[in-house]
Amino acid sequence: MNNIIGQNIIRFIILVLVQVSILNHINFLGDINPYLYVLFIVLFPLRNNRLAFISIAFFLGISVDMFSDTGGIHAGASVFIAYIRPLITKFSFGTLNEFHSVKFNNIDFIKRITYIIIIVFFHHLMLFSLEYFSLTHIITILKHTLLSGLFTAILILLTTIIFSNKSK
Amino acid sequence: MQQIVNFFLRNKATLLFLLLFGLSLMFTIQSHSFQRSQFIHSANFLSGGVYNTTNNISKYFDLIEENNKLQEENSKLRALVFNSASISDHSFIDSTYYTKNYKVTPAIIINNSYEKANNTLLINKGIQDSLESDLAVISSKGIVGITRNLNSKYATVISILNTTISISAKLKQTNHFGSINWNTKNPNYVQLTQMPKIAPLKKGDTIVTSGKSSIFPKNIPVGIIEGFKLDNAENFYIINIKLFNDMTSLDHVYIIKNQNKKLINELIDLENE
Repeated sequence: MNNIIGQNIIRFIILVLVQVSILNHINFLGDINPYLYVLFIVLFPLRNNRLAFISIAFFLGISVDMFSDTGGIHAGASVFIAYIRPLITKFSFGTLNEFHSVKFNNIDFIKRITYIIIIVFFHHLMLFSLEYFSLTHIITILKHTLLSGLFTAILILLTTIIFSNKSK
Repeated sequence: MQQIVNFFLRNKATLLFLLLFGLSLMFTIQSHSFQRSQFIHSANFLSGGVYNTTNNISKYFDLIEENNKLQEENSKLRALVFNSASISDHSFIDSTYYTKNYKVTPAIIINNSYEKANNTLLINKGIQDSLESDLAVISSKGIVGITRNLNSKYATVISILNTTISISAKLKQTNHFGSINWNTKNPNYVQLTQMPKIAPLKKGDTIVTSGKSSIFPKNIPVGIIEGFKLDNAENFYIINIKLFNDMTSLDHVYIIKNQNKKLINELIDLENE
């Protein structure tokens, strides 16, 4: 149990630092950045205390916000996906009970991709809606959601694959 | 009573979610309003320190380019010194009036953004260097933004690439003025709105600051006119301006403090009361 908590704390710190010092400055094609820190929410243990999970997601978002001067947009988006994650897991993995004890990387590949893509999509949609905060920019919001989302999803998938091989 | 307690216990996750989501929404809205300072910002010990370290590493990569820029500016200043020396032989300059009005502080940008809708910069000078909020920030080429939050060592700067900013600017030739906004599309272009229809515009004309607020001094270069069209009501022009500054690669900036700002603002406040 301690092992899992320590692992998550280290993952939290590393993801925030990587996000603010490297990934926020990629600006691919002008303004497309991946938001890899979502990986923390993706990989958070499936069996968890929901209140703690939502609070931790809020702190994750607010840390990124603090570094990038964006008010509370990352916090809002992170809290939102942390709240709806049970619905997403139910949708992408079917009934949950059997998956509580299974490791994330042992889950069927297609199911894993669906799960990552849905989480990233909702996170980015909420993120850019909060950032632009106006309906007149709806096209820009959708464009950013799709392009940045694709970038993030690929990066998350690669990271999970690379780090799963190492730990075996 | 029992039912109310049960209701809270049953929906505690939802309530916590609504609370935290409301909190982040509040932070977001706060950051959208230009006047009030933010609660969560990057001018603090932790993030300022991290950005200082990353900047220390990354600034070595574009030393050559920065040196060239500084050299260019030095030569410009030297030319100015020579020119003014030759003028002062013939005419009288009231130095008590000219030199004490504006105080200039050099600073280095340690974090820059230009891809968001509301961009901010972080500079390595703060209250210790007698900065305050709402000061003009310019680079050797033109305007950069306005300072906002400060702590003892760092300050955040609202970039002109920010939807909440509005700076008064004018045509260099004729003094017709309007205000600068940004439509979030391209970091090399800003928009000048509320330019009266009567103004004679030409592609390639220079736009400078108007000096109509106590923040920016007069005649700081902004950019050149790239194109213009009438707005929906057909009373004002919307002008697309190509910035002199490359906002995506900034390093050395200057902060300009108007020493008479307090006096000016007191007078304006008196008028508004």
